[in-house]
Amino acid sequence: MPADVETTEISNMYETIRRDWFGNIRGDLIAGIVVALALIPEAIAFSIIAGLDPKVGLYASFAVAVIIAFTGGRPGMISAATAAMAVLMVTLVKEHGLEYLLAATLLTGVIQIVFGFLKLGSLMRFVSRSVMTGFVNALAILIFMAQLPELTNVTWHVYAMTAAGLGIIYLLPMVTKAIPSPLVTIVVLTVIAIVFNIDVRTVGDMGELPDTLPVFLWPDVPLNFETLAIIFPYSLSLAIVGLLESLMTASIIDDLTDSKSDKNRECKGQGIANIGSGLIGGMAGCAMIGQSVINVKSGGRGRLSSFAAGVYLLIMVVFLDTWVAQIPMAALVAVMIMVSIGTFSWNSLLDMKKHPPSTTIVMVMTVIVVVATHNLAFGVLTGVLLASLFFANKVGQYKYVVSKLSEDGTTRSYRVVGQVFFASADKFIEFFDFKEAIDKVVIDLTDAHFWDITAVAALDRVVIKFRREGTEVEIIGLNEASATIVDRFAVHDKPDAVDKLMGH
Amino acid sequence: MTNVIACIDGSTASPAVCDYAAWSSRQMDAPLVLLHVLDKSEFPSGKRNLSGNLTFGNRESLLNELAELDAQRNKIALEQGRLMLEEAYDRVKAAGVAEADRRQRHGDLLETLVKMQEETRLLVLGKEGEHTDSLGEHIGSNVESVVRTVQRPVLVTTTEYTEPRRIMIAFDGSATTRKCVEMVAGSPLFKGLPVHVVMVGDDKPDTRSQLDWASETLAAAGFEAPASIQAGDVETVLCNYRKEHDINLIVMGAYGHSRIRQFLVGSTTANVVRHAHVPVLLLR
Repeated sequence: MPADVETTEISNMYETIRRDWFGNIRGDLIAGIVVALALIPEAIAFSIIAGLDPKVGLYASFAVAVIIAFTGGRPGMISAATAAMAVLMVTLVKEHGLEYLLAATLLTGVIQIVFGFLKLGSLMRFVSRSVMTGFVNALAILIFMAQLPELTNVTWHVYAMTAAGLGIIYLLPMVTKAIPSPLVTIVVLTVIAIVFNIDVRTVGDMGELPDTLPVFLWPDVPLNFETLAIIFPYSLSLAIVGLLESLMTASIIDDLTDSKSDKNRECKGQGIANIGSGLIGGMAGCAMIGQSVINVKSGGRGRLSSFAAGVYLLIMVVFLDTWVAQIPMAALVAVMIMVSIGTFSWNSLLDMKKHPPSTTIVMVMTVIVVVATHNLAFGVLTGVLLASLFFANKVGQYKYVVSKLSEDGTTRSYRVVGQVFFASADKFIEFFDFKEAIDKVVIDLTDAHFWDITAVAALDRVVIKFRREGTEVEIIGLNEASATIVDRFAVHDKPDAVDKLMGH
Repeated sequence: MTNVIACIDGSTASPAVCDYAAWSSRQMDAPLVLLHVLDKSEFPSGKRNLSGNLTFGNRESLLNELAELDAQRNKIALEQGRLMLEEAYDRVKAAGVAEADRRQRHGDLLETLVKMQEETRLLVLGKEGEHTDSLGEHIGSNVESVVRTVQRPVLVTTTEYTEPRRIMIAFDGSATTRKCVEMVAGSPLFKGLPVHVVMVGDDKPDTRSQLDWASETLAAAGFEAPASIQAGDVETVLCNYRKEHDINLIVMGAYGHSRIRQFLVGSTTANVVRHAHVPVLLLR
């Protein structure tokens, strides 16, 4: 009955929309304020990292937070301008300027939408836990390092204010949890700087703030191949890093709230949000781990929380621009140090003792590569490759060969058990004793798995080596052993196929 | 397609749901399942933490905190649900049902019912859900979405139980309501009870012949089936007829139109369910 199916679908859609948007109105609206107050310093700080006016980050945060509320796949997650993205833009901004960045932002969105349609979100399964830990740790280090320019060659006032700011951030919640401590930090430090007329750098010194609502604008770049060649490498990096952080954050929120998210919808949603950001003069953004955790902590769960955060942010920034300009940079630095501390996975340091060294190496290498290249994508790539190699090595050890000489001493039978593939093929050959002078060898492969052509080639070499010594070779069970070579096994529709494959 | 499923939620409607489910189970000689779904609240409760700061190991501590909250909440809910089911079990036993299956499931009510669809012959649920107050005459939003989604007969009960004595079918000659008539004729649920067929509209030869068909189909199945056509507003006519003839259960086709249409022009089914002071059996 098609009419019923249609009714059901519409009905479910309606239910989902109602739950995602209006299931938690009070919680979402209140959490939205807390998030918006924390987004402002971050958006300003990340614009500065990228070498842009604060307004670029602020417009971006508004656009991304509001659009992703509609298009994202993970209700309750907060997306805006981020450090991970900002560090990728630095050279583009320096060499080609803002207009090229806006064009790159649009292209980033397009690439992300394509990734979403290609369902590349499912590739996240190859990103192991240690790589994820490395990613967040590297991110925390990047955020912290970005604060260093504000803390070098400055007067003691800046250090005092930063320390005071951190003090407020961490001590105030012990007294009250009803007001956001980062906000108190900013207000108190701003008031102190104005009242005592302390000469420290302020947000206003860093560039232009938004004084109007955002307007639609098309990037002023020539539409030709040359432009594409300039922006494409940046856009690709931005798209990949944005999706990595977004999907990683989504699974963190999934765990925290014990609910599911739609990863491919999130990819497309991020793309649409970035196109929206680029069209109103904002930089590319993605999901933010720290902000999303703050949102959940403050009681935000629905799409409304992200939407509200974006709208509050814009209202506050546009109408309070003269006040925002007077915020001392030291206050922002204090907030960003907090974000960095909160993003870092401190448990991972303790886990180093417990976990196997390979895990730690993957994590640490991910961090090192990111810090060296300032590109989280390279770090993740390194981590994934290393983790795969470690895995291949581990699985390669999962094999043994037993041999038995026949009673008359003329025939030796080898029984191979376990996994044979590129990483374990050489070891496989070493098991055989080619120098033994016998008439015949029997190689029983019934319990072995040949995963690739390298394994088959290794077997060929074994056979030839024996033949050269004048030994006759008989192979048993090759069909079973090589069943794993084909790329696609239809195991999903035959439950016993896996057992058969694994030799049980 | 064998069981009568009764949705128990601990609201004021639950005792009546038990009674109607017990009655249906006895009438159809079908096994009875008492179901309590632990709807997981995805939304936070308790004290807010608006400090907005991120401390050392915040993700881990927050995860533990939230998991702990859920655990506490769910343990209580589980225990409460078990008590509700015990109570319901005693009640249906007293109402003469030999054996009833008690089931508790985690998850969304709708998803659970859809999963159980295969074994469902009749679904019984109360007009007032656990969370709806008794102030307005609205169906709990759960009931509405269940009726829309579940492809099985649904009996929406009132909060008071009266043993069904006279049944009324709201008939309009459409395929859905013709199927209603056939289902009622073929089911043991109303065996031995008079089934009134009521049509709203002008008494014209073609409507009259449709009505006659309905009446004859029921009569052939051994029902006493008085038929009537009355002009006027659908809801008013049905409501008045019910009062006049002391009907205690109405049979209707489940929502015939798409949600969008209903949103724009309103649905008769929803209105009758909302205003009826007797249980409504919705068939599709």
